Amino acid sequence: MAQYALVKCNINGKDVEKIVDVRASLTDMLRNDFRLTSVKKGCEVGECGACTALIDGEAINTCLYLAVWADGKHIITLEGLMNPDGTISDVQKAFMEETSIQCGFCIPGFILTATEIVNSGKEYTDDELRKLLSGHLCRCTGYQNIFRAVKKTMLRRLGKNEEAELVR
Amino acid sequence: MYDMKALYEAYTVEEAVKLRLEHPEAQIIAGGTDVLVQMREGRRAGKELISIQKIDSMRGVCMDEQENIRIGSLTTFSHITHNPIIMEKINVLGEAVDMVGGPQIRNAGTIGGNTCNGVTSADSASTLHAWEAIVELTGVNGKRYLPIKDFYIKAGTVDINVAEGEIQTAILIPKASWENTKGFYIKYGMRNAMEIATTGCSVNVRLSEDKKTFDRVRIAYGVAGPVPMRAPSAEAVVNGQPVTMENIETFSRAVLEDINPRDSWRASKAFRKHIAVEMAKRALIESVKRCGGEI
Repeated sequence: MAQYALVKCNINGKDVEKIVDVRASLTDMLRNDFRLTSVKKGCEVGECGACTALIDGEAINTCLYLAVWADGKHIITLEGLMNPDGTISDVQKAFMEETSIQCGFCIPGFILTATEIVNSGKEYTDDELRKLLSGHLCRCTGYQNIFRAVKKTMLRRLGKNEEAELVR
Repeated sequence: MYDMKALYEAYTVEEAVKLRLEHPEAQIIAGGTDVLVQMREGRRAGKELISIQKIDSMRGVCMDEQENIRIGSLTTFSHITHNPIIMEKINVLGEAVDMVGGPQIRNAGTIGGNTCNGVTSADSASTLHAWEAIVELTGVNGKRYLPIKDFYIKAGTVDINVAEGEIQTAILIPKASWENTKGFYIKYGMRNAMEIATTGCSVNVRLSEDKKTFDRVRIAYGVAGPVPMRAPSAEAVVNGQPVTMENIETFSRAVLEDINPRDSWRASKAFRKHIAVEMAKRALIESVKRCGGEI
């Protein structure tokens, strides 16, 4: 017997309400009910990070998160990083500049984790950055350019523009 | 869609206890990072779930009146790692849970779930054993406190009385454990991220005032037996002894009298024994350094 629940949450800055099947994952809800297809269905067991969204500012694998748990939460997906005038975020720009994107499947997840990293306002070492990015699998194995984009954005946010330009 | 029969949501501990009494067959789900994977795999498919995810009173770290560190069972790994009390008093626990899975898993997985699974490889478990943590269980007849070594019964089974509607509500680190004590955790795995420990080793030390004698050494392992375990023989040979490399070597060899690892596809018994000795040595050396001692 199907069981449903009402979920009220804020997705990408908009208050929304939806009746969801309690068996649904948050990935299911974001993709099927809200057409936010940047949230990818990858491994669906929390290993690849393709389904990552920010929930109250923290990167979470939405495949291992029940849709009903979203009630009362603030959720950001890649679609939510675009400004109202159509411009994109500094993280997204850096990913483009560094040609971090190959097939693109892992990128929405990577960008959201990168957003959490640069929003922390901290300066991380290379080893720390690699560890912070380690919850994402890139099937094209293009990790180095992704790493560079994140490091550059981190430094720029800290006002270290010259240092950012030297990142190789 | 997950293959679940029904979902019951609790918003308070009382509601969770009541739901547990009404649905004794149901599986408790906290962070979901294990239960939902097992449901996907089919191992827990078709089950009823009681979700305790929304019980916000079970989140967070604080000091109680006796200055024990109280960690709510729903506190996520990343919140433990970044908590000021943990960072100051028992840094090693924050470091150990910072090795679980990957960053997104650590933002969702909880210390309560990590221990209630009853698995020997849980990254928090060896450290909680080494610090003689106390598990707080809440049921229809109130609270019950258990030393963590008694909480683990056998692989995959912990002492939670479902008939009394019990759930684990907190983990306490007694003041006697954390006071003047420093520790170190080593996880041995084939990868740095998204890895289950081949063996995990957690050591903590309290040195004498002049930092020349081992006042109290505690060591515990994950994946050195069916449940996380202490190594009492090793502790006995070094307690009260001077801080020397020779004593550290003796200590590390003595762990072999206590541990009982098995052959598995991850590693052989012989290899696990080999690294267990080396891990004990390295973790003790690091712990001594953190205490300000010299070797």
